[in-house]
Amino acid sequence: MSVCTVIAGACEGSLACSTCHVIVMDMEYYTKLEDPSDEENDMLDLAFGLTETSRLGCQIIARPELDGIRLAIPAATRNFAVDGYVPKPH
Amino acid sequence: MAIFGAKQVLWRSFTTVASHPLRVCIVGSGPAGFYTAEKILKRHQGSQVDIIDRLPTPYGLVRSGVAPDHPETKNVINQFSRVVQSGRCSFLGNIALGSSISLEELRELYHVVVLAYGAESDRVLGIPGEDLKGIHSAREFVWWYNGHPDGRNLDPDLKSTDTAVILGQGNVALDVARILLRRTSELAATDIASHALTALEQSSIRKVYLVGRRGPVQAACTAKELREVLGIKDLYIHIKEADLKTTPADEEEMKSSRIHKRIYELLSKAATAGPSQPSSGQRELHFVFFRQPDRFLESHDRKGYVSGVHLEKTALKGVGSGKQIAIGTGQFENLSCGIALKSIGYKSVPVDGLPFDNQKGVVPNVKGRVLSDNSGDPTSVENGLYVCGWLKRGPTGIIGTNLYCAEETVASVSEDVEQGVLGAATESNWPKPGREGLLRILEDRKVRVVPFSGWERIDKEEKRLGSLRNKPREKMTTWEELLKAASE
Repeated sequence: MSVCTVIAGACEGSLACSTCHVIVMDMEYYTKLEDPSDEENDMLDLAFGLTETSRLGCQIIARPELDGIRLAIPAATRNFAVDGYVPKPH
Repeated sequence: MAIFGAKQVLWRSFTTVASHPLRVCIVGSGPAGFYTAEKILKRHQGSQVDIIDRLPTPYGLVRSGVAPDHPETKNVINQFSRVVQSGRCSFLGNIALGSSISLEELRELYHVVVLAYGAESDRVLGIPGEDLKGIHSAREFVWWYNGHPDGRNLDPDLKSTDTAVILGQGNVALDVARILLRRTSELAATDIASHALTALEQSSIRKVYLVGRRGPVQAACTAKELREVLGIKDLYIHIKEADLKTTPADEEEMKSSRIHKRIYELLSKAATAGPSQPSSGQRELHFVFFRQPDRFLESHDRKGYVSGVHLEKTALKGVGSGKQIAIGTGQFENLSCGIALKSIGYKSVPVDGLPFDNQKGVVPNVKGRVLSDNSGDPTSVENGLYVCGWLKRGPTGIIGTNLYCAEETVASVSEDVEQGVLGAATESNWPKPGREGLLRILEDRKVRVVPFSGWERIDKEEKRLGSLRNKPREKMTTWEELLKAASE
């Protein structure tokens, strides 16, 4: 696994924020992950640039089957939500 | 008196032509302030950042807004304290913008001033009876139970009534409802202010109404908080099934907003789950929809005190782009209560020398660059002056929202630094007095600056006092206590 960036984790993995929001780039890997819990979904509600393959990074536990997974982080300024912003339906 | 080890470390700035460090002053030490500091330090290796706050304690609403029973939300404080511990950023507390130092003076002392002081006032309803006793803003009530020194003397009366009405259904309203209804035995082991715990232990409040002028689809709270309040043990929840009827416009809103769809689903489930009547002595939480306050009612027995809210039924009307607003229908009803809390939104406070949009309650800006007036003309910027957080965007969003807000503001700062537009054009005007200049002025004015080490003393003492009572900390809630502990 090659790691070249540190993802923000304001709540330190306690499911109280969405700053570790990542986008799983390949559907094949997204489906290998366990479904998000209600609590994770509650936090994903608030994530910027939410997509259909969004997850909280702190809830993805590395294991051999996930080798090769590619994750994207939402571009902060491009997806910056201003008041009245309505996220795309998904 | 604040004593500083005057360690002058001059770094070479890698990003600008100047050999003098970029000196930045951030006003406000909440999430907006700290995320801004973090990003400036990252982008400008030679910069020196000072975060000032009018309180002796840092962290803004993380300390005084987040509810005591939400300790994980406060974890972000660890990240913020690391910013100061990096050595290139100072926290300077007990400095009030406007009275200790003026905005004009700060702009002379620093190349960059970022205002991140949030919203310390309230929106008002503007209806008759609003200044009756027993009516408070949720902001004041939250300051009170969180031990903010300016909320210490609120002294809300929780003993003369069994009913509280909260106007608003956002997360702050839910926090207030939850603190009023939770078993105090559960609150006793949190960092709730002890004067509030005592008042809550003696409270006679058993029924709380959360009143919203629109419907369940438009409720402003978010899922985690709603789930939590609905899950309180032994609490009777009441939601009128008739209020859950949706219109095609509502369905459209839910289709385009995952948050609203999930909130509606939670409320629908809660309306039908559970018993239809409260059991004897059970605490009650009522969600009231489609009602807007017309005026507050005055008690006959206690002149000057609130005895209820006169509510008008509303209907929703589409105003384009999927938005619906509440319109009065002319039908009224009364809701009795002995305490009413307005949770309808915070509002920022302007300072001298700062352009301000009174209507929106924010500082006019483009990507965080402060504009000289409200005309919207993006070319008339106030050089070197920026905003971040609620003062920039209005009082909405969560802690994490400020991460992106700070990204945008700091990107503007960096652009301006790189293009050499800060300060005068000539290099000879580049050096700024910064921290040393600020401290000199404050010492002349006999302002007791509280450095981060002063906060660390307060922190240590609060934790020590807390450990005696099985609490993570026992907050000091008066200015005197805080300033004394900071300097001991």
